[in-house]
Amino acid sequence: MLTWTIYISFLGMTVLMCLPKGRPQIARLTALATAALGLVFGLAGASGFAAGDGVKTLVNAPWVPALGINYHLAVDGISLTMIVLTGVAAVAGVLFSWNVEQRPKDFFAFYFALIGGCYGVFLSFDLFLLFVFYEIAIVPKYFLIAAWGSTNREYGAMKLALYSFASSALVLLGIIAAHVISGAESFSLVDLAGHPFSEGQQAWLFPLVFVGFAVLAGMWPFHTWAPTGHVAAPTAASMLLAGIVMKLGAYGCLRVAMTLFPLGLQIWSPYLGALAVIGIVHGALVALAQKDFKFVIGYSSVSHMGFVLLGLLSLSMVGMHGAVLQMFSHGVIAGLLFAVVGRMVYDRTHTRELDELQLMRLKKALPYAAVVFAMAGFASMGMPGFSGFIAEFQVLIGAWHGFSAYAILAGLGVVIGVAYTLRAMQKSFYPDRSGLFAGKHDDPQLAPITWQEKAGATLLLACTVAVGFFPRLLLDWIAPALEAPLFDGLRKGVGL
Amino acid sequence: MNDLPILTILTFLPVVGSSFILFMRDGLSGLNRLTALGTSLIALVITIALWLNFDGANSGYQFEQRLSWIPTIGVEYHVGVDGLGMAMVLLTGLLVPFALFVSPGGEGRGYYSLVLFLQAGLFGTFTALNFVHWFVFWELALIPAFFLIKGWGGRLADRAALQFFIYTMVGSIALLLAFLALFLAAGRLELVQPFGFAALAEAAQSGQIAPALAVSLQLFETFSTEQGLMQFIFCLSLLGFAVKLPIWPFHTWLPATYTEAPTPVTMLLTGAMSKMGAYGLLRILLPIFPREIMALQTPLLWLAIASVVLGAAAALRQSDLKRILAYSSVNHLGYVALAVFASVSYMVDEGAALAERSAALNGAVLQMFNHGITAAALFGFVSLIERRAGGLRGLDDFGGLRKVAPVFTGLFGISLFASLGLPGLNGFVGEFLIFKGVFALKAWAAVFALPGLLLTAWLLLNVLQRVFSGPLNERWKEFPDLTPRELWIMIPPTALMFALGIWPQWLLGKLNETLKALAAVL
Amino acid sequence: MTDFSYSEVFRLAVPESMLVVGALLVLLNDLTVIRGRTSAQRSAFHATLTSATCLAGMAWLQIMPQAGAVADGMIVMNPTIALVKQAILLLTAFTALISWRVEFTRHLGEYFALLLLATVGMLFLASARHLLMLFVALELTSLALYILVAFHKESRASAEAALKYFLFGGMAAAFTLFGLSLVYGLAGSLSFSGIAEGVVGREPDMLFQVALVMALVGLGFKVAVAPFHLWAPDVYQGAPTPAAALIASGSKVAGFFVLVSLLLGGFGTLAGDAGWGRFMPGWQPVLAIFAALSMVIGNLVALNQTRVKRLLAYSAIAHGGYALVGVMANSAEGVSAVVYYAVTYALATLGAFAVVQVVEGDAGDDRLESFAGLRERSPVLALCLMVFMLSAAGIPPLAGFFGKFYVFTAAVKTGSADLGLIWLVAIGVLMSAVSFYYYLQVLKRAFVASAPDGFSPLRVQPAVLAVILLIALGVVWFGCQPSVLLGPLSDGSPPLSP
Repeated sequence: MLTWTIYISFLGMTVLMCLPKGRPQIARLTALATAALGLVFGLAGASGFAAGDGVKTLVNAPWVPALGINYHLAVDGISLTMIVLTGVAAVAGVLFSWNVEQRPKDFFAFYFALIGGCYGVFLSFDLFLLFVFYEIAIVPKYFLIAAWGSTNREYGAMKLALYSFASSALVLLGIIAAHVISGAESFSLVDLAGHPFSEGQQAWLFPLVFVGFAVLAGMWPFHTWAPTGHVAAPTAASMLLAGIVMKLGAYGCLRVAMTLFPLGLQIWSPYLGALAVIGIVHGALVALAQKDFKFVIGYSSVSHMGFVLLGLLSLSMVGMHGAVLQMFSHGVIAGLLFAVVGRMVYDRTHTRELDELQLMRLKKALPYAAVVFAMAGFASMGMPGFSGFIAEFQVLIGAWHGFSAYAILAGLGVVIGVAYTLRAMQKSFYPDRSGLFAGKHDDPQLAPITWQEKAGATLLLACTVAVGFFPRLLLDWIAPALEAPLFDGLRKGVGL
Repeated sequence: MNDLPILTILTFLPVVGSSFILFMRDGLSGLNRLTALGTSLIALVITIALWLNFDGANSGYQFEQRLSWIPTIGVEYHVGVDGLGMAMVLLTGLLVPFALFVSPGGEGRGYYSLVLFLQAGLFGTFTALNFVHWFVFWELALIPAFFLIKGWGGRLADRAALQFFIYTMVGSIALLLAFLALFLAAGRLELVQPFGFAALAEAAQSGQIAPALAVSLQLFETFSTEQGLMQFIFCLSLLGFAVKLPIWPFHTWLPATYTEAPTPVTMLLTGAMSKMGAYGLLRILLPIFPREIMALQTPLLWLAIASVVLGAAAALRQSDLKRILAYSSVNHLGYVALAVFASVSYMVDEGAALAERSAALNGAVLQMFNHGITAAALFGFVSLIERRAGGLRGLDDFGGLRKVAPVFTGLFGISLFASLGLPGLNGFVGEFLIFKGVFALKAWAAVFALPGLLLTAWLLLNVLQRVFSGPLNERWKEFPDLTPRELWIMIPPTALMFALGIWPQWLLGKLNETLKALAAVL
Repeated sequence: MTDFSYSEVFRLAVPESMLVVGALLVLLNDLTVIRGRTSAQRSAFHATLTSATCLAGMAWLQIMPQAGAVADGMIVMNPTIALVKQAILLLTAFTALISWRVEFTRHLGEYFALLLLATVGMLFLASARHLLMLFVALELTSLALYILVAFHKESRASAEAALKYFLFGGMAAAFTLFGLSLVYGLAGSLSFSGIAEGVVGREPDMLFQVALVMALVGLGFKVAVAPFHLWAPDVYQGAPTPAAALIASGSKVAGFFVLVSLLLGGFGTLAGDAGWGRFMPGWQPVLAIFAALSMVIGNLVALNQTRVKRLLAYSAIAHGGYALVGVMANSAEGVSAVVYYAVTYALATLGAFAVVQVVEGDAGDDRLESFAGLRERSPVLALCLMVFMLSAAGIPPLAGFFGKFYVFTAAVKTGSADLGLIWLVAIGVLMSAVSFYYYLQVLKRAFVASAPDGFSPLRVQPAVLAVILLIALGVVWFGCQPSVLLGPLSDGSPPLSP
């Protein structure tokens, strides 16, 4: 059932490419159907998955026997979490792209190439296959941004693409090296995880692969693609970029780098952890100083992804649980924030300058957007009751355990996070009334929020609130997954 | 009644009311207000029923309910109240309808919805017995407060709201970090409830937490002693409560916030939200960190004294009625901190020490309750003045109101006297108990805090003098007295002041066992 | 030399014979049957005949697989060689078909005949295991190609390119010949297997080094690897597009294959190592330098090209570098990797040239700007272009990706104990990340930029469109199912022996 998430996306892509020109509504409905079917397949697969299943193989067929490559799709609790996230983000993304007028069928075709790639990465248990899907997910991003984006789109798209490719080159090198060192028999994740790489080999393989993936997760100082990319991207692409693509990186860090090279993790975690913390604080500080609404959210993604990395590197189970949960949580929340900024505000006001928005009294003009943004903002700053809290909370526990000083700095990052979120909220929807009292405002006539936007926002909000109050929904998948034999090496390697 | 998850119902009742209002059409402001009032009155009825059913002779938790919530880290949904919690729940139950009655009406659905949401946060905070679940409500209460200040406050409300929020968040994050550290220690001790207040307190009192903390945190190397590390963790968590309470020098957000917030909201902020800080001191800090409080007692007492004395002194320098009351809140809550910090002292005679400790703690809780009622009433009166004077509330804008509004003056005067601690009114009993206990335990602290009492008296009499006595300001010749409706709103709190002043036992009776138990473990 | 038999030679060289006959038929028909017809009709006729000849050759190889060797390795056949030959034939067939309407010359018969004759040279090159045969085949191919490059007689660029190609080529041929003669003197044999026996375990002395470098210069020139790449950009730019396509595709495949055969079959046993930290003189360090230089120079210079054919030329240089990494693997797996790589790369390049030809025919030049809005002018063409470019950039699931992956894996496997060649692979993967930039420059024009005002849909010859589509499908198919090509390559038989 779960494999169909991949196939349906590529099928949808093909159908969209073949649709006749000039029929945007058909393209949109096809896209919505495809995304919804993907989500349904994902949820149906999830319902058939028991927490104790460990790694459940879906397909395992020889693909290139000469190199020991298998077409091996499987699922465990972590994959499942990401699959559901992808499904939700895909549906929401389509809903928020309803107003794409320029060649919508092409837009959605690229969109589903990306989605299919993401599903593929999350289900691949063969490193070659994983890498194939990983690259498939990278390419459409370029076109989505370059062709349908806004501010500085070609620059942003190219920067993103080149960062992605340079980093995936590191990953490729690491995968090939691991394959050869282990005896060149197989690319299977399970086999390789069982191979005892020597400490000396792990000491260089781990940073190679981890950094390779972490670039896509927005690790400081390789994060600079993220804000420019997010800002340049059309709404749905920013949603997917922050929501899923950055998660591909973090997922790769956990699934490949950490699983295969736990001793390397032990050696490198203090240094990489420091980078993660710098990312948290630096991202937050920079977000505090932005004038462009979308840049605020873009940098906030860097900061929040820092929590994911910090949790992964914390050498503790709780930290890793938190990291995976944070992947989901940030995926949903960032999607929501970008949806508000890009679709609800920018597409109507055609400006993202906070100073201009400040004078528009958007709260009056777009009350729904104001409420959604406020909720998303609070969720983003880690308010309890939303998924972000539970996630960052666990990451902080892990960090306390691993590196106490980092935990305190990360706490500082949270506070700055509150500050920039409030600042953005204040400037956009809830402007300072000293300006309004002075009469310097205009009340623009803006189109009302459409049902598609409401549906998308409701879906995402429901996810973050549901997980916020019932984190067991996901933790019951995540926690047993990390106990599975696949992660034996990791647990032993870091002494858990 | 024991099978019914009554506290959960109580907590979520306002949420239901709140969402209900949110989905109403705007413009039906009368209906909004009615719904909000109705909800809060039902909540009040439930709290009174709880109060009556509460067994004062039992020092343990009552009306408990516990469910597993995040099993991977041992987080539970665990609610229950003891005497302390019950008093705070009752206070919240009383204050919210009071504030809603004082609200002039016409604020729109958002306002009422947020007030109810705030109430839910307060109920949740006062009934939660597990840190995570408690923290959820502690933080959630911030959101409605923030929007209430921002959306319906005065001219400078935006900055005030931002300042309020960020100060509180800094404190909260520090608190959170401290508890995560405790969690790690608890995990090492393999506590079943690593976030349960009771479990943590038990482990701390038996001296297990500090060594466990030392092995779970790398920071240990920085501090080199277990005590040092534990004190650091204590300071982190103190920061959270000190900001909320507030204790000098973390109070700077308060005057601006209380002044800029719409007055009914200020009533809730000072009456109930500041009690969250005081409650935290008693519920969390005191049982878990008694040794650390003792080790740092002298500086802590100085902070409390500074809050008491400087709060009053600063209030003297103000001319805005709301600012005056705001600073006097700092002063009044300083006594609570004083009592809490003093209560860990030893005396030669252990039996006497126990008696004095429980006196101080009883005084502290009584003071919290009293201050809640009195301060809310005072702000309520200010709100009425503001409405009559078109927003004016300067000390010098009025004069001689006594002549045109005698009833108003009378009731306002009662509240002022209650606030400055006149015997026969509620303030006296609380402050008396505090000073009795503190004097016996740490005489010097009581002595240094005394000027606070005098300054407050001077301050409040000054208000009475400048606003109500003296020659009538011609401008306010037409100043209306209390309308019957307003009279009915103001009578219950005034009655409570008398009730607590004359027969405090009805409250103390429910508290005493809980606090005695608390004092016994120190 | 003793077992020479003409029937045996003929048995192994049926496809070559078919092609020669085909070339003669083309010339004959041009003078007789279709004389006086319009140029369009004539070129369509010739294109059909030429590709039919090639396809017949392919079919022969498929239906009547031959194996064996004659004349001391002058012509050797085995399944791998058959596959390479089929690939070359297919590439020529496609080249002929994209010349469906030749407009740059009136001498159509000669043009198509030369295509076939060049292909004959390539086929002989693929099956040569003998120095003499190698040189003769090399020259046969080169001479035909020199003329093809110059075929656009009215273009100065074409003439200049041909002259450059000829002069460089002649010089390189001289070096090669000199090097090969030294090899013969040192090893005492002209056949590769004889050389291999002569040099077993031998430490290459100074003279042998000179011989090797000289021989490699000539072959390096043929496959356009740095530092012998200087002719390539001008030739690709100046030559008629189908001719350039053939140089970039078929001749590359043949060139790489013979390079592999010579180095691995002839010098494979010679000492030498290019592993990091354990350099040892031999052909490996020389080749490693060629490879590294090609990947770096090719990719970096391509970054600021504004003409697509020049861009493809530099990309071809870079790809030469990647393929050399596979040669460095010095193993049977390396051979399959190089063959797979060369074939899939050639396919994608041919496709790209075909698209360029269409666009060039409409816009008059191959500047990047001419590709603007290709998406709107011809969606199918644009999609195919995307497939070719992304395949060249190494994006899965296209063939180019698996090719690179295979080549790199094979290289890392040599001396797997310490992953000595990983430095070369690291350069390779990082440079291929860089390469993405310029491939995207083309795609950006095609997909992102909008077409000039008043654009009209591009008109494409059905035959050309069919070829482009076929190639695109092939690139996707070989990428998704690499085993289709790998199966015959890795069926257990040593790829270099008869």
